[in-house]
Amino acid sequence: MNQPHRVLPLALGLLLVAGLAGSLLQPYEVYLISLWAVYTISALGLNLTLGFAGQISLAQASFVGFGAYATALLLPHGVPFGVTLVIGAAISFILGILLGFPALRVQGHYLAFVTLALATIAFLVFRNESWLTHGTSGIDKIARPFPFTSGVAYMWLCLGSLALVTLGVWWLLRSPWGRAFLALRENPVRAASLGIDVRTYTLLAFAIGAALGGVSGALFAPLGQYIEPSEFALPLSFSLLLMVVVGGSGTFMGPFLGAIVSVALPEVLRSLQDYYLLIYGIIVILLLVFSPDGVVGIIARAVARLRPAAAPVEPTP
Amino acid sequence: MSVVLEARDLHRHFGGVKAVNGVSFAVEEGEILGVIGPNGSGKSTLFNCLLGQIPPSAGQVLLDGQDVTGMKPLELNRRGVSRTFQLLQVFPQLSARENLILAGQEHIGSRMKRLFGKSDAGLTDAANHMLEQFKLSHVADLLAGGLSYGQQKLLDAAMAFMAGPRLVLLDEPAGGVNLSLLGSFRERLRAMNAQGGSTFVVIEHNMDFVMSLCTRVMCIAEGKVIANGKPDDVRNDPTVIEAYLGH
Repeated sequence: MNQPHRVLPLALGLLLVAGLAGSLLQPYEVYLISLWAVYTISALGLNLTLGFAGQISLAQASFVGFGAYATALLLPHGVPFGVTLVIGAAISFILGILLGFPALRVQGHYLAFVTLALATIAFLVFRNESWLTHGTSGIDKIARPFPFTSGVAYMWLCLGSLALVTLGVWWLLRSPWGRAFLALRENPVRAASLGIDVRTYTLLAFAIGAALGGVSGALFAPLGQYIEPSEFALPLSFSLLLMVVVGGSGTFMGPFLGAIVSVALPEVLRSLQDYYLLIYGIIVILLLVFSPDGVVGIIARAVARLRPAAAPVEPTP
Repeated sequence: MSVVLEARDLHRHFGGVKAVNGVSFAVEEGEILGVIGPNGSGKSTLFNCLLGQIPPSAGQVLLDGQDVTGMKPLELNRRGVSRTFQLLQVFPQLSARENLILAGQEHIGSRMKRLFGKSDAGLTDAANHMLEQFKLSHVADLLAGGLSYGQQKLLDAAMAFMAGPRLVLLDEPAGGVNLSLLGSFRERLRAMNAQGGSTFVVIEHNMDFVMSLCTRVMCIAEGKVIANGKPDDVRNDPTVIEAYLGH
């Protein structure tokens, strides 16, 4: 589950199954599948930054917000959806680079606080700069791009976008960049001694992760056709972080599975009414206690048990 | 022969402690210089000053005659300087082959070409050759973290040669390596030196290893060079015996 080239067909197959199932389901389930695809794109971005490059970020929701507001604000002016998506991703990419600079000086908890500061500032901008963002009133009647106006058609757009992002992330991770990101996470001092430009790769890890947040936001806005600032506040950042960690941080399939848990589990538990969040929390805690490497870890162990053990390798004489 | 690395009156002080206290030496092209000295003599601090990990308090480091004092490890690597660390520094989640590809990839083409080019940056053959050189072919596809300590040590050393370096600084390469592996490890290092034409500086505590590998040995004690010459001359130098060998 950790080798992108092995699990790519699995990821793309999962999207196809989700799409085919969605075509047969009710509008609310179609909405949930679309939401899963949108969140998975953002979680894939955060997984690049955190899981592969080892740089913690609590600001991923802000980048989703930049993408969502760029689309919501530009669409009424006749800007094509594809262009608003690129603009949203570009804004997030640039702000991601800016967020990466503190990571060159601070790490761990300190970096988490720096990214928390950006998340707070971004939320305040979304909420208080009403002349631009419409403040707490939000922006409504966000049109879906033609011909993806129906729920099912828009779901296919979200799944298609996720498929393209999946291929892009797969390509990135199998390229020398992916190896450099991993080196950055595992041992930056050794990485630098091997000629890996730790500074540039740190900034790229933040920027690419942020850009995928922007893409996710651009798709998010027309999905519900209404956005308001609280949707891009800290709870979403924590939720995206949860998707990466619960799925399996630093694994290719982790964000896909983590987003399923994050989107589907609350729905499954909704019948418990007031207790569902409590039960949801307990399930997540138990999962992380017994499988710190997430859902991917559970599946990988199950697969390993089914396979015959490999013969031990003798040391070189 | 031309001088590849030169230290001129190098100092590094930590408060009142003079870890490196006026060290001067030169290493000529193709040489294998061994650096020995008792614990706390300043060998690792000297290495760190040479390699830009910590800036020297005073003095100069010259690479091919050019002043590189305080230059960062990344920049030194780009100028053909490679190193290993005292403690193992392989990437456990990558296979042995991928560790080697990682060690060489940043020296192939531009960053954008690497993104859109081959996933191995065209280094699989070179990595396989290096695995063969270090007798690691049979573990090429295993995760480095799953290899034995000795195998990881060999891999760590092999990584230093992937970019075809001009100068390699090896910090205790024999440390923790099984005695049965030491002989062949030394021969592999010798072969790399002869074939690659690179220059080595080796810090080592294992006297037999360093005396049989190096063409010249320098002994440091209390931050100063107390002997510098042929291995047998240094081994028999009364100052060295008193300061380090203890017999």
